[in-house]
Amino acid sequence: MLTESTREIGNGKAHAQGDAYLRIDSLWKAFGEFIALKDISMRISEGEFVCFLGPSGCGKTTLLRAIAGLDIQTRGTVEQAGKDISNLPPAERDFGIVFQSYALFPNLTIEKNISFGLENAGLSKSAINARVTELLDLVGLPDQGKKYPAQLSGGQQQRIALARAIAMSPGLLLLDEPLSALDAKVRVHLRHEVKDLQRKLGVTTIMVTHDQEEALSMADRIVVMNHGVIEQIGSPTDIYREPATLFVADFIGEMNKLPAVSGEAKTVTIGRKAFKSAGGEIPPGKEVIAAVRPEDIIPHGDVVTEPMEEPDNSITCRITEMEFLGSFWRCRLKCEALGEHELIADFSINAVRRLELAAEKELVIEIPSNRLKVFARPAGE
Amino acid sequence: MSVTTSDNLPKGRPLTLKLGRDDLMMRGFILVIALYLIITLAFPLYAMLSKAFSTFQFDLSQVELQVSDQDGNFDGTILSAEALNAQLGAIPEDEMATSNDGRLSLTPLFPDFSFRSPVLYKIRGTTADTVYLIGSDRITGTDWHELDSNTFRRVVLRPVQSVGLSNFTTYFSTPSLFRSIENSLFISTVSTIVTVSLAFAFAYALSRSCMRFKGLFRLVAMAPILVPSLLPGIALVYLFGNQGMLKEVMMGESIYGPYGIMLGSIFFTFPHAFIIITTALAISDARLYEAAISLRASAWKTFWTVTIPGARYGLISAAFVVFNLVITDFGLPKVIGGQYNMLAVDIYKQVIGQQNFEMGAVVSVVLLMPAFVAFAVDRQVQKKQVALLSARSVVFEPKPDRKFDRICFIYCTLIAIFILGILGVCQFAALVKFWPYDLSLSLKNYNFDVMDGGGWEAYGNSIKLGLLTAFFGTIVVFIGAYMVDKTRSFRVGRGLFQFLAMLPMAIPGMVLGLAYIFFFNDPDNPLNAIYGTMAILVIVTITHFYTVSHLTAVTALKQMDGEFESVAASLKQPFYKLFARVTVPVCMPAILDIAIYLFVNAMTTVSAVVFLYSTDTALASIAVLNMDDAGDIAPAAAMGMMIFYTNAAARILHLAVSKGILKRTQAWRSR
Amino acid sequence: MLQLKKLALTAIAGLFVANSVMAAELTVYTAVEAEDLKRYAEEFNKAHPDIKINWVRDSTGIITAKLLAEKNNPQADVIWGLAATSLLLMKSEGMLEPYAPKGVEKLDKKFVDKSNPPTWTGMDAWVASVCFNTVEAEKLGLTAPKSWKDLTKPEYKGHVIMPNPNSSGTGFLDVSSWLQMFGEEGGWAYMDALHENIARYTHSGSKPCKLAAAGEIPIGISFAFRGAKSKADGAPLDIIVPEEGVGWDMEATAIVAGTSNLEAAKTLVDWTVTKEANEMYNTGYAVVAYPGVAKPVEFFPENLLEKMIDNDFEYAANNRKAILEEWQKRYDSKSEAKS
Repeated sequence: MLTESTREIGNGKAHAQGDAYLRIDSLWKAFGEFIALKDISMRISEGEFVCFLGPSGCGKTTLLRAIAGLDIQTRGTVEQAGKDISNLPPAERDFGIVFQSYALFPNLTIEKNISFGLENAGLSKSAINARVTELLDLVGLPDQGKKYPAQLSGGQQQRIALARAIAMSPGLLLLDEPLSALDAKVRVHLRHEVKDLQRKLGVTTIMVTHDQEEALSMADRIVVMNHGVIEQIGSPTDIYREPATLFVADFIGEMNKLPAVSGEAKTVTIGRKAFKSAGGEIPPGKEVIAAVRPEDIIPHGDVVTEPMEEPDNSITCRITEMEFLGSFWRCRLKCEALGEHELIADFSINAVRRLELAAEKELVIEIPSNRLKVFARPAGE
Repeated sequence: MSVTTSDNLPKGRPLTLKLGRDDLMMRGFILVIALYLIITLAFPLYAMLSKAFSTFQFDLSQVELQVSDQDGNFDGTILSAEALNAQLGAIPEDEMATSNDGRLSLTPLFPDFSFRSPVLYKIRGTTADTVYLIGSDRITGTDWHELDSNTFRRVVLRPVQSVGLSNFTTYFSTPSLFRSIENSLFISTVSTIVTVSLAFAFAYALSRSCMRFKGLFRLVAMAPILVPSLLPGIALVYLFGNQGMLKEVMMGESIYGPYGIMLGSIFFTFPHAFIIITTALAISDARLYEAAISLRASAWKTFWTVTIPGARYGLISAAFVVFNLVITDFGLPKVIGGQYNMLAVDIYKQVIGQQNFEMGAVVSVVLLMPAFVAFAVDRQVQKKQVALLSARSVVFEPKPDRKFDRICFIYCTLIAIFILGILGVCQFAALVKFWPYDLSLSLKNYNFDVMDGGGWEAYGNSIKLGLLTAFFGTIVVFIGAYMVDKTRSFRVGRGLFQFLAMLPMAIPGMVLGLAYIFFFNDPDNPLNAIYGTMAILVIVTITHFYTVSHLTAVTALKQMDGEFESVAASLKQPFYKLFARVTVPVCMPAILDIAIYLFVNAMTTVSAVVFLYSTDTALASIAVLNMDDAGDIAPAAAMGMMIFYTNAAARILHLAVSKGILKRTQAWRSR
Repeated sequence: MLQLKKLALTAIAGLFVANSVMAAELTVYTAVEAEDLKRYAEEFNKAHPDIKINWVRDSTGIITAKLLAEKNNPQADVIWGLAATSLLLMKSEGMLEPYAPKGVEKLDKKFVDKSNPPTWTGMDAWVASVCFNTVEAEKLGLTAPKSWKDLTKPEYKGHVIMPNPNSSGTGFLDVSSWLQMFGEEGGWAYMDALHENIARYTHSGSKPCKLAAAGEIPIGISFAFRGAKSKADGAPLDIIVPEEGVGWDMEATAIVAGTSNLEAAKTLVDWTVTKEANEMYNTGYAVVAYPGVAKPVEFFPENLLEKMIDNDFEYAANNRKAILEEWQKRYDSKSEAKS
């Protein structure tokens, strides 16, 4: 399953394999006994914005540094623009890079930081100045050139780092957790700016992040990684809507995970009740995990006041707790038929008002079959 | 999960990075500086070790003899000296081991020998290389020499060189030598306990009280670093010697000996202990004190449960540093030690007094042991303290307490009087015309040119050495530290370099100096030419003080963003541009610290250079030693104070330059 | 591996070395006082302006150590002004070039090596003496000692200081002279008794006299030259020549075997035995090798020449190691009991 998705990444952007700008094949990285990356392969198209997403220690930064040549992989090849760069030192590769720490040279002015790479590229002084002005405009800091990095805010510094990284128009832009050191508000703001900039320049970009929101909002495609392997590659909506593995389902967004047993014809039995599910390749009679996102649970109202035929995949539950989260209500549901496990459901304010939902109230909910995912139960759970 | 993913790395060779120009250059630099350390450290130490095992023995099988009857007729019987001795046992086995200038008379082999006897003797060597002496004439070869009895008395054998442990056997069977181990350990232990206690109290008073003049006290406490370790010895002579100003205080005891060495050691090690303990106290967490107060713990209890445990690593580290300084110091016991033998002085006596280089090497090996242990413990403790440092946060702010502040003030004043008193006495002694007979003041003791020791030229040489050491040392150390910190991969080379960079701290100056004689004075060594030049003095000083400088540089480099090199590489810029434009400016305060550290130490060191200076490169610190040695104590004090003023001026200049740089670069150094 | 090491060293040495040797230059090792050297060279150059002297000067112990260390690769051409006992050591290493300087026969036989041709020739004598601080002695009620034996009297306990023979040539000269004067047994017995009175042993030979001059220790066993100098500086000193006789050493000259400037070296050594040279030595030393040239030196004790013992340098050189070992065993190891 994964093999297919890693080898055929032609979704959406419709690039043939031969056209891939960056090709990574069977890449391994070992630190002594510890294997940090296992058999990583992927293709990235020109102009694409790809996020490596995963928890800390999953190998995403290691992969980025291998692409940059900063920490070379143990096995495997990296090709950029049709050229094998597997063992080239960083200086002989074509990339710009931005780090979480900004890594601005503290003793050089903003201008000098940006022009650091331009100086001996055969440009005239006036050409360099023009380019610096252009870049400062591009990142929205036109008048800050004479200042030192320490005199700017964190967000401003990161924009300068970005300007410096794109100054030499690299073919590949690498961003290593660029927004993680910033305040929440600045971070959200900068997301859009970085994305806009990337779109404007059309530069192929790889960003490493552990923040799923960041990845979902910025990336054309997301590479979800865990324990040194790729769990799934796909567009943000794919990743969110159709998680390929339980890890992806769990890591991205909220997910109710219910122990269940698989049945015939894509059915699955949770507690005492059988549900239709989106299905999968799991044979009947296996212990599985059934998963559904809180916002996919549909409330159907009071059982008593609105007697009606229970739709498919419906069940009666009691609200044990309600929590107001601004744009929606998060409800904890206790459903007798499901046994011990509580369900978490996010109901719109509208629905809550319409159905007059409140704590201790009973209601019927529906778990749409196409939103109910079934995954093999991991060993030990 | 993927079906193709296996958990095992495919077979094959790990991919290696193609080395770019930068990588090759950086590795080149590492190798060059590592080679420098190998040549200036590893090879000389090896030469010294092999010297310690190079032994000299008499070999009786080298000569054969004939003896005549009373009328001088030989019957042709050839006697082997070896067989004779085996028969008679006249010369016991343990007398066969000797040193390079040993001489063995052959008369014990003939119990009836008398110089008046008419008996004649014939002697010849058994090999063409045999060397023996008739009187002071050197005879080689296998020809027979006929001698009368009175001349035969003058025949002596020369020892032959071999390899073995006999030097060590001799060492440990000579009480006057191995007693020094006991003496050195005793003095070092007592001095360490006293110095660390005094320095702790001083640092505690400065960090925990609200008394006045803290800055001044801090300044005074640092002063001893600026003078050679033997200067307090000279002051003590003037204070407590037989003509001393305060000799009654000694109550008949002599200052020449353990008392003098300990007092002087306390003086010159005080600042070292003080710095370390101050750092340790500074990182104590104020929240623990708040907790103690809220638990209504008594001040006494707080001291023992919060302060001491918090500073424990600092105390241990200070103790080992002081111990190491005292046990390896040479100048002070030389000046004030009297008959009290210490290891470092023994090396000097063996080498300079007796030209017994092998025994000097043996004592060096013995001296290396405690120094190595102290070094190893200190490194361990330093690591732990760093871990502690990063975990702590809130800084302790003392609150005024009149009684406590007054006690602290009185204590610190006493210590300051001790330190300033020593320096003051030296200055006074330098200015007095002829102590104790003519107390009028004069500058005649500054007329160094008429004394032994090198005169004003030596002072000039010292400044030259200081500047050269500071200049080249800083360059070598900083570049070395940069390369070892920033070079990618190349684990073996970097590991070797780190080891070499840490090693000098464990090598006492005397030992290094002696090792340099063995290595650089070897005629087969093409570097022989630098022996006796300023170059070898610069090299030995840089090497001797390498570790602390290296650590300062590494600490500064570690504080820089580790990704600068990656950024520069991505911008296609060579590392040296980054180094020149960013690394050096940002690290400038640390670079200046290294320079002043090397300068001050080059000015004051005695032990590292005492075997290596020559007539043209006499040094001020050596002049102090030699003038004292020749009995010109007042000029010695005068020269010592010249070193003090020079170092003080250098310090002030360093401070001004550092402040200037910080001010000029304030815009980017802090927000 | 060794080859590699040598290769690497050669490469680095190339960076440092810029050496050239000129024909008319001599490297001369010496232990003569620094202030006298300039004068020596000037006097010599009056007669031979074509030969330039490059001095390498240090104390006797260090110059000796340096020469021995350079045994297989000598750097010196000539040794001019080093203790004869040291030169004997060199001689037994085969380091000296035998040469009879022109006019050597005019010198006092005592001052010439007995080998033929001689390997070294003496310049001047360097004589042991006792420095006695009259001011301090009066304060302490000490009478002036007349002989070596006097120094063992209980009244001088803790008031006598002498150089350690293990580090000082003067100290060794004292010890070897006592052993020669009093015999092996008598000598050691004398030193046992003297040891009781010694405050401490110094590293250098001139220090005891300077300490006596400064009143630190009233009686210093040192050498006459030093005492005369201190006295000239105004120290309240009497220079006492013990009546049993005094040990002495001489400063001597020799050519280093293997010199590449043998002719120039011979010229220099020829000059060192001339009358003019000996008159020059006389400025500092009352006893010189050339009979009849010596004029009295200020503050120098007058009877010194008669009191000089018939020193057996060969005995001193060949027994040096054994004597020092014995001395160390007897006095160095128990010395801390005093402190």
